[in-house]
Amino acid sequence: MYELSELTKTYETKRGVVSALNKVTLSIPTGQMVAIQGPTGGGKSTLLQMLGALERPTSGAVTLGDDELSKMPDSRLAEIRARTIGFVFQGFNLIPTLTAQENVETALAPLGLSNTERQRRATEALEKVGLAERLTHHPSELSGGQQQRVAIARALVKEPKVLLADEPTGNLDEQTRDEIMDLLEGLWRDEGLTLIIVTHDSAVAKRAERRLQLKHGAVTEKK
Amino acid sequence: MFGTYLYRELSNRRKQTTIIAAGMALAIALVMIVSGVAAGVRDAQGSVLASIYGVGTDITVTQEPEQPAEGEAGQGQGQGPSRFEFGAEEGDSADGTTALAQSQLTSGAGSTTFDATALTAAAGLDDVAAATATLTLSNVSFSGEIPTGDAAAAEGAAPGAEPGTGEAGRGPDGAGGSSFSVDTFSVTGIDVAGESVGPLTSVGLVDGRAFETTDAGTNVVVLDSGYATTSELSVGDTVEIGGEEFDIIGTVSSTSSDSTTASNTYIPLDTAQRISGLEDQISTVYVQAASSTEITAVQASLQTALPDATVKTQEDLASSVSGSLSTASDLVGKLGTWLSIIVLAAAFLISVLLTTSGVARRTREFGTLKAIGWSNGAVVRQVAGESLVQGAIGGVVGVAVGLLGILAINIAAPVLSASAAATTAVGGGAGPGGRNGRFGDAATTTAAATTDIALQIPVTLGIIGIAVALAILGGLIAGAFGGWRAARLRPAEALRSAA
Repeated sequence: MYELSELTKTYETKRGVVSALNKVTLSIPTGQMVAIQGPTGGGKSTLLQMLGALERPTSGAVTLGDDELSKMPDSRLAEIRARTIGFVFQGFNLIPTLTAQENVETALAPLGLSNTERQRRATEALEKVGLAERLTHHPSELSGGQQQRVAIARALVKEPKVLLADEPTGNLDEQTRDEIMDLLEGLWRDEGLTLIIVTHDSAVAKRAERRLQLKHGAVTEKK
Repeated sequence: MFGTYLYRELSNRRKQTTIIAAGMALAIALVMIVSGVAAGVRDAQGSVLASIYGVGTDITVTQEPEQPAEGEAGQGQGQGPSRFEFGAEEGDSADGTTALAQSQLTSGAGSTTFDATALTAAAGLDDVAAATATLTLSNVSFSGEIPTGDAAAAEGAAPGAEPGTGEAGRGPDGAGGSSFSVDTFSVTGIDVAGESVGPLTSVGLVDGRAFETTDAGTNVVVLDSGYATTSELSVGDTVEIGGEEFDIIGTVSSTSSDSTTASNTYIPLDTAQRISGLEDQISTVYVQAASSTEITAVQASLQTALPDATVKTQEDLASSVSGSLSTASDLVGKLGTWLSIIVLAAAFLISVLLTTSGVARRTREFGTLKAIGWSNGAVVRQVAGESLVQGAIGGVVGVAVGLLGILAINIAAPVLSASAAATTAVGGGAGPGGRNGRFGDAATTTAAATTDIALQIPVTLGIIGIAVALAILGGLIAGAFGGWRAARLRPAEALRSAA
């Protein structure tokens, strides 16, 4: 379960201090599927980075389970990202020189598994997202939808408790978008994940159990 | 994962890998060749020096000649130009011609001798393994024919007429003229006890026998084989030195190179001192230090113990080597070294710039890896590992190219000429039958061992080790810069910059 308390994030810019999040207080129960919407520059990505332990708040606290993320050293945050949190990005962020299977294996590298175990789990993850036939393909040899499936496999292969998706369908056509959302929704149900999706797309947001609106750094519930 | 990722990166970014490896290879090969040539030139210099100073000599002690005081002739103790003086009744006269001959043994112009106690002082110093002394001399022989004086006068030569202008039919040319020759060869008095240092340590016996302890004080001589050949002398013959007959007991040649030995003739030291009138005098002390690390300390001790002496190490003596070998040495020492440093620095710089720009280009990649749980250390290891392997590839190629370059030079074997002035000056003639000249003209130039040496570059593990170490160093430096840049990337910023 996520607990956000008075979470504030400001950035120093040449034009002065910009407030991305303004005293956000929020609770997200384990296993919930949440969609975060809002205008560009409203603080959606900043909030996702706070939830993903990629960024520290200026003030306030972010707690994941028993871990207070805002007070942890970088090494511990890297460990939490390695074991507990999975990321899916709008641009897929696959490593172009690695094959699909090797890209998925990168998520297991910090866990210290044997080569055999790493390869086995990567293969299983890719089978689960429907890419059993594309293990040795490089990203450039895959369609956008297939690349996002590889990215989802990479996020899920370590069996995280939380899956954070930043505009996961932003670069995809409608049909592919629906396929990806079907996949994410299915995995969410099957794996018991906490799934938090940042999206501009109302069709995607409507699939979520809970919808949040983030505007000028403040969060409101959206019905 | 590390190995797979590294392999994929290097093989898929071939252009960058090739540029870094090629730059490194060029630098490494150049450093190897320059280092090798420097070692080859050092060996050649050592070979030339060994032919003069012997194998194992670390330090030589000599004494510079002093400026003669006003009114002095500068010829004391056998120094200075030779002067032959004949009495009115000397020579064999026949048919109006008088034949004159005289032989002198001197230490030669431009050199000096000093007291033999210097050897005792040197041998008694700490860390001196061995010491021996030599007396280097020049034997100048005059022989000639001049018109007989009384014959010319008796037959009506005009008073005040120029010498040699007497009646036709007098003198060696039958027209009142004169003819004479001056022959010069070098003589080195050595300790026949057979110390492990000194000029004879770098020669090999060609014929006859070497000196034995019982030869001390006797008139026996060992000849340089080249000198013996040109003088048509051989073992069993006799040769006149300083007006005394010497039995030739052996001939020797240099083992350190194809050069001649340091002297034309070698005689026992005490004999040399006796016949030259330089009792208890020596011209050079050869010192071997207990170890190479003690040479500087021994040099300092010698200088303190013998304040008037000139104390030189092999390193100092190397500067006395001249000729194209010296030019090569200068070229390697200056141009080669700087060229190596510049190319190496350029290779390192290219490697650093390409690695750091590669990290900048892969910002999203490293940001993603950090986002999915890679630690800073893991990302730095990956970047540094890639740089190290690129450096190692450059190193392997560089070693191969360097070895090929060295092989090519060794096959071509460029011939370098070298000459090194001997410590003590001797006469200027080349041997019996040498040049004609005026009285007192001999013994004015300095002898030198001149040789042609084919440059051979030694391939040592040291040179290869230096090359590999430089390649690894280049990779480490580039990896350190790239890793430092990658470590500074915060995952959120990396992902934001990608967006």
